[in-house]
Amino acid sequence: MKTRTSPLSRLFMALVFLFLYAPIFVLIVFSFNDSKSRTVWQGFTFRWYLELFQDRDIINALSTTLLVSLIATLAATAVGLFAAVGFYNMKKRWRTPLMTVNSIPMTNADIVTGVSLCLLFVAFFAAWQPVADYLNGAQSFITLPVKLHMGFGTLLIAHITFDIPYVILSIMPKLRQMDKNLVDAAQDLGCTWMQAFWKVVLPEIKPGVVSGALIAFTMSVDDFVISYFTAGSSASTLAMVVYGMTKKRISPKINAISTLLFITVLILLVIVNIREARQERALKAWQA
Amino acid sequence: MRNRRSLFALPYVVWMALFVVAPIVLVVVYAFSSADGGFTLENFAHMGDYAVVFSRSFYLALIATLLCLLIGYPLAYVLARETAGVQRVAMMLIMLPMWMNFLLRTYSWMSILEDKGLLNRLFAAVGIIDLGNLINGGLNSLCAALNSGPLAWLNGELGTQLALFAKRSTDMTFFHMINTPGAVVLGMVYNYLPFMVLPIYSVIVKLDNSLLEAARDLGADTLRVFRKVVFPLSLSGVLSGITMVFVPSVSTFAISQLLGGKNQLLLGDLIETQFTGMAYNPYLGSAISLVMMVVVIVCMAVMNRFGEGEEQAVML
Repeated sequence: MKTRTSPLSRLFMALVFLFLYAPIFVLIVFSFNDSKSRTVWQGFTFRWYLELFQDRDIINALSTTLLVSLIATLAATAVGLFAAVGFYNMKKRWRTPLMTVNSIPMTNADIVTGVSLCLLFVAFFAAWQPVADYLNGAQSFITLPVKLHMGFGTLLIAHITFDIPYVILSIMPKLRQMDKNLVDAAQDLGCTWMQAFWKVVLPEIKPGVVSGALIAFTMSVDDFVISYFTAGSSASTLAMVVYGMTKKRISPKINAISTLLFITVLILLVIVNIREARQERALKAWQA
Repeated sequence: MRNRRSLFALPYVVWMALFVVAPIVLVVVYAFSSADGGFTLENFAHMGDYAVVFSRSFYLALIATLLCLLIGYPLAYVLARETAGVQRVAMMLIMLPMWMNFLLRTYSWMSILEDKGLLNRLFAAVGIIDLGNLINGGLNSLCAALNSGPLAWLNGELGTQLALFAKRSTDMTFFHMINTPGAVVLGMVYNYLPFMVLPIYSVIVKLDNSLLEAARDLGADTLRVFRKVVFPLSLSGVLSGITMVFVPSVSTFAISQLLGGKNQLLLGDLIETQFTGMAYNPYLGSAISLVMMVVVIVCMAVMNRFGEGEEQAVML
């Protein structure tokens, strides 16, 4: 769909983007403020950026956030890719109910997902204790931990669980758009099905895989509610540190770390976009 | 052959059974259990006590969803008409804020909306607060004049006690914005607007241009093309946008705590305190979650039914 745009619609767009970016602009500006105040400007400083790197809590939280998001994205992309291929080859009778279950973590409220996983982990840990006791008594080769706690492991499981549906949902349309004859042709020409998958199917659906992984990673980084209920006390993400601080007062160090994150992502996205635009232009020039 | 390949989904099906289905079954079980493990309906008996919280959550979420639709639909529509380059940059700009965790963005609104916050400073600097005082003063004297003039006469004639309010504050130094329901709605709209824009945009941008041309060729003006062709065809995007904004809005807990203070308790806060607060009661928490889930599912089912009907009507 393409027609002309009026200056009025441009103005509307600008206003919405002003609304979206005003708070972010405020956050960034006050990361350079030479005071703990979050509303009064006291002069320019890099103090918070320097202090940031000495704050073990924040650095730990940052590495937990990035690590859990990264591992969850990789796992979710791999599992989701195979699941999508499986669903695609499945009879409709089976696929429809499974896709409905697949969409539960996306449509369900975050807090319900978080709370229900929390209940599951607690119930599992309670059931695990007698089992571990028994196994420890029955053999002496390995000693199993008797008391389990929520931590990085449960956090990771939760993230993988809510990431996979996004991956599947962005791969499925690409699979459906794909010409079915391509796989047959590859197999006629002597490929095994597995070779056909790697050489033909995967390149065809690659944009869906990439965007699925990107969405999954974004969702993981942005998540607070599910992490809050599944991380326990031993692991905390950046969002959880921020939430803990909101009860008192948020340190400008948090502004500083968000500014760094924001600028990193901005630069990455700009590079990707410029590359894409260039490729498109090259393609157009080549076609013309 | 085809069936064997469907086995690729097996690991994920097991995963879903363990971490999607089992937890929800557990919520249902807990909702109907008492602390000693027996079956009980006790948890639902006191649900009426929380009617205020339920109605407040659904009311605020509804307003936030409507506002998101009012802002998000035009934005998605305008974006879809832009050139590919502008579209790409705009999409990037819509996704980008999500990388600053939503708690941080909401926290930033606190410093903007506070009584001594940035927006009030801006208003004071530009003179809007003085203007507000001036308008209030003007209204006060107008009302006072009306009270002593026509209304006094009317009251004398009819024996009534009519009077207009004439005591509006004229010495405001700030507008009170934070810790109000409005601030909570603002936080919801701000955080969930992208979830409205993205699905609508992705439907509109894929619309078959020849349909629009056909409508125009057959004599429809822009408004009519929109009403009869674009909007009905974009309804699926609108419906999924509504779901994606309404569900997180109704169940949020951090936004209401940050922007709403202590007086705007929402369902999310209620559930959270049952699981992490002093009054640890996962049974009651599960019951509240279950009721919320059921109400949301019923709302969505009704809406989708209604939406499908619309779509079919259009096709006929």
